[in-house]
Order: sequence, then structure tokens, then C-alpha cells
Amino acid sequence: MSGMTLRQWLLTDTPTSRRHAKMASFYKGWLTLRGNTMAMFGLGILVALGLIALFAPLLAPYDWTTQNLGNRLQPLGTEGHLLGTDSLGRDILSRLIYGSRITLYIVALVALIAPVAGLLVGTVAGYVGGWVDLVLMRITDIFLAFPRLVLALAFVAALGAGIENAVLAISLTAWPPYARIARAETLTIRSSDYISAIRLQGAGPIRIITKHIWPLCISSLIVRVTLDMAGIILAAAGLGFLGLGAQPPSPEWGAMISEGRRFILDYWWVATMPGLAIFTVSLAFNLLGDGLRDVLDPKDSET
Amino acid sequence: MTGDVILEARNLVKHFGQSGWLNRNPVVQAVDDVSLEIRRGETFAIVGESGCGKSTLARLLMRLIQPTSGEVQFDGAPVSQAAGPALQDLRRDMQFIFQDPFSSLNPRMTVGKLVAEPLEVHAPDLPAAERQTKVAHLLRQVGLQPDHAGRYPHEFSGGQRQRIGIARALASGPKLIIGDEPVSALDVSVQAQVINLLGDLSRDLGLTLVIIAHDLGVIRHMSDRVAVMYLGRIVESGPTEQVFGAPRHPYTQALLASIPGNKVDQTAHATGEMPSPLAPPSGCRFHTRCPHARADCTTDQPKLKAAGHAAHQVACHHWQRIGKGVKAPGTAPRRPEAEARFELYRAASEGGIVTHKENLTERS
Repeated sequence: MSGMTLRQWLLTDTPTSRRHAKMASFYKGWLTLRGNTMAMFGLGILVALGLIALFAPLLAPYDWTTQNLGNRLQPLGTEGHLLGTDSLGRDILSRLIYGSRITLYIVALVALIAPVAGLLVGTVAGYVGGWVDLVLMRITDIFLAFPRLVLALAFVAALGAGIENAVLAISLTAWPPYARIARAETLTIRSSDYISAIRLQGAGPIRIITKHIWPLCISSLIVRVTLDMAGIILAAAGLGFLGLGAQPPSPEWGAMISEGRRFILDYWWVATMPGLAIFTVSLAFNLLGDGLRDVLDPKDSET
Repeated sequence: MTGDVILEARNLVKHFGQSGWLNRNPVVQAVDDVSLEIRRGETFAIVGESGCGKSTLARLLMRLIQPTSGEVQFDGAPVSQAAGPALQDLRRDMQFIFQDPFSSLNPRMTVGKLVAEPLEVHAPDLPAAERQTKVAHLLRQVGLQPDHAGRYPHEFSGGQRQRIGIARALASGPKLIIGDEPVSALDVSVQAQVINLLGDLSRDLGLTLVIIAHDLGVIRHMSDRVAVMYLGRIVESGPTEQVFGAPRHPYTQALLASIPGNKVDQTAHATGEMPSPLAPPSGCRFHTRCPHARADCTTDQPKLKAAGHAAHQVACHHWQRIGKGVKAPGTAPRRPEAEARFELYRAASEGGIVTHKENLTERS
């Protein structure tokens, strides 16, 4: 089968099976996303980031722990050290490459924990209503009342420093917006006739929430997650910078900035390179999130 | 079989909103002191103009909302207090068809899943293959094709969607189906098909039907008994031919007089709008619009009592004085396009021309 006929098969108006129809709609979404240059730019960076993290041992010219005190604080473009070396003579490029693994690890875990927790709280509050709604939403309000990083700092201080605790702390601060979105969606879905119909067929609340309300909430949560990714990266880097996230010698980007901070006037690249990495990845997530919203959010794309 | 009571409502009251000491919002008296007896196997119709509490009554009977007071009994078991397994049985035995076929089907679920859902709830042990066979059978029963199971609701026309809704209602094997204006959202020609389908199903499966409607043609065509509602109360009830042939309540007379094709009798004419259920009139609720109202109508609330026929009940102090208000259908001069439309409607609602087996010609 040639590429042209595959394309025609995907773009047909009369799908022959459900799988065909699903793939066709997926392909049409992809075409919309591909039309958005900035989103494709973001996606490109993120794919590159994923590949870099996957093949870090092959790509990194040096080990991320190898110190060479005689060769410390080398400038950019030094022989063998493209991005220079840090205060202990470690190759900055290698550390950035390994650091991408930590960044992705944190982002992936938070993106799994926070929306799921928010979905759970929001749909239960929205569906059950009454005092359950009141209690859950006031708890959500309490979490929303603190600046994100301050709350995360408090949690890490209580739990102890480290990547896992940083993930936990960021998740604890990230779920309330998801809970609010999920609750709002649930309130509109709950009063619809088809939920009444399902109730009249004898379905219990658990079945209604998991089988009917969750699937309808998920697309708006996905959009929110992609737009939130940048904030998660910044929070993780912020915790690392303050010494409460990943601990040295871990090549976490925030921790690397923190180490380079002491020499920022004389050896600016030590702090700037991880900063640029954080900036690039956050930007990429934001661009992709914008593009995905256009594709996934049916309310906007219909017009 | 006809004769024993399957569903009974006693002094059913539903008021929306409470007026506490902080809350000055007035109470909406949606349904006020309604008693009904629906017999096994019959088709019972509840008719009234918009806002008279028909849909609220239907939802009360189904226990989609809780009554303020009064009770509903299904097969001798109380509906309002049912919980756990008793409620499950109730949900299996009583099903509901919604007015709007567009909003009552989950847009993200395929037709097969929608129809299979009651089976999953009520017969969780049924193997998946048997469930699919059952779904195919149900779809065929309502005049759809079994391979429609893989499609989504938006791929169907209004009439076909209402058929999906009916298939879903039939899935659990109910004894009673309540239809809340099941055809009022459909085209006139499709209405007749769906009405005939409901009639055929109730005859074939021995179902009891409760049809809520504001369309008198539909009701006259399909129901055995009818109750007329006005402002949350039943003003007249009885066998369909009695109520339509010899209406006793001035409101029923006004309703029948408003059917296109019936000669308008000035004495059977309701003037003005229906009063707000926030502040219903005292005494007989219809006295503000009744051409026959007298002084006692404003103070004494009339009770339903037998009018001539034992089964024919009317809530009016003066029904004997008023007599029959409606003449036989005549031919008033009308615009030709209106005439054509009414002609089509009459033909359709008599069911002779369009049958549900022709559904394949529907837009899909």
C-alpha cells in the first residue's frame, strides 16, 4: 500500500469500521496540529528531549559525576567541553543531558498524580453535592490560597528534601485547579438528561462517575496538564535551586543553577546553560499545550 | 390481565423551593395533591399545557425526584422508600423515555454500549456474547439494524435516536414505561412512526404505558384512559372516548376546542395565560380563565368526583350545568398550507399510512 492510498484511507468520509473512524479522527487532529507551526516547534523540542533522555549514556561525552579539579570553570567552546565545565570540573553538557532524565521523571510523575487526584476530588464533589461538595471545595480553596512554591516548600520541609518528596509536594500543590475544572465539568454533565437516563436504569453513583463522567472530563484535563507542565518544571527547578529538591551531585537543572550562582558574575555560563535548558523545555511545553488545546477542546475548535 | 393496579399515586405533592426565615423565595407548587391509578396493560395518558406539572409528575412516579409528600406504589411496593435491591428491582421494572432524543443519549458512547448498559447493571453475569445478541435483538425490535450498534448517537436522526432510547428502556425487561412527551421533539411524520412503535411494543410485550403529552391527537390515538392536568392538579380523568367525546371540565372543553379542525365554541374558550404556579388561584385553580366561573369557584376547591360514568371523574362544581362544550370537528376556512399540514398530521396520527417498518427511509 503506497503512502497516498493510506492517506486517502485515513481521510475518507465513510469509515468502514470503528477503528478506522477512530484512526481517521486521530489523523485529522494530527493534521490540525501539524498546521500549527509553533506547536510543531514545541513538539520537536520535546521529542528531542525524550530521545536525549533515552540515549543519555550514548550522547553524553563524559560521565556526569567525573570531577577534574584542574580543569574547572572552563568557558564555552573549550576543547572537549562544548558548554564548559563547572566549579568541580564536570562537563556541563553531560550534566544537562543526564539532567533531562530527572526533569522528565518529575514532570511525568506529577502529570500522573495531580490530575488523577484532582479528577477524583472534583467529580465526587460535583456529583455528590451537598456538604461533601462544600467540604472538598473548601479544602481545595485552602490549597489554592497559598502561592504554589511556598506551599511546596512547606511540604518538602516537612517531608525532607529529595526528588520523590519534591514530586509529592508539587503534586499536592498542583491538584486543586484540576479539581475545580473537573467539578465544573461534572456539574454541567450531572444535570443532563443522559445522566438521568442512566440513573433511571439503576446505575449507582460509582458507575456513573467512572463510566460516564470521567471520560467526558478527561479532554479538558489533558489540555490543562500540557499547559501546566511548564509550571511543574519551574517548581521542580525552584525547589532544586533552593536546595530542597534533587540533592547534589544530582544533575538536576535547578540544582545546577544554584551551584553556578556563586560564580555568576565571573563565570556566567555555569548558571546560564541549565537556565536556558529550563527555559527551552518550558517554552516547548507551553507551545505544544496551546496547539493541543485547539485540537482537543471541542468548544473552541467547532467555531 | 387488564384491571389490577400496577402503579398508584396517592396525594402526591411536589413543591420546589422552601421559604425559610432567611429565604424569601416563594414555593412553586408544581404538583399538588395528585392521585392516580394505572392498571396493568393499559395505556394511560396525562395531558395538559406547558408548565402544568406533567413532567414533574412523571419524574415523581419514577422517583427521579423525591415528592414533598404523598406516596407512589408500584406493584404494591412503595416507590419513595425503596433502597438497595428493592430499588434495583424497581429500576428494572419501570423505565423512562425522555422528551429530547438529542440530550438523553451520552454522545461519547456507541449505540451498542448505550443499549447494553441496563443489561450490565441488571444482569452483570450475562456473558458478553449473549449481551451483544440481546442488544442486536432489541435494536431489531425497535426497527433499527443490529450493525447500528457500532455507531454513535450523532449519526442518527431524531426519530432513530428516540428508537435507541426506546431500545434502551426495553433492555432491562420492564413492566411499565413512562414516556415524558416521547414524540413532541420529532417531526410530525416521524411522530406517527414512533407512536405506532410504542403501541406495537406495548401490545406485543404486554407493557403498561404512561404517556405524558400536550398533543391531543397523539393521546386520542394511542391511550385507553386519560387524565387532564391543570396547574399541578388533575381536573378530569376517564376513558379516552369519554373524555374526548363528552368532556365535562371547562378546561378540557377549552383544550379540545383548541384542536385545529374543531369548531370554536365561545363558551368553551379559556382566555389569558395560565396563572403562575408560584401563586395559584384559590378555590378552583381554573376559575381565573373559566367562562363559567361563579362565586363559589373562587373559594371552594372542587374534588374529583364521578360524572355520569363511574370511571369518568371531573373536578368541577358546575359540570352538570355546563354540559358538553365541543361540537364535532367541522371545516373552518383555513389557509391551504395549514390545511395540508393538518391533513398530513391527521393521516399520520391515525396511523394508517406511515408505519414504523418504513423507518429505513428515514434520514440517517
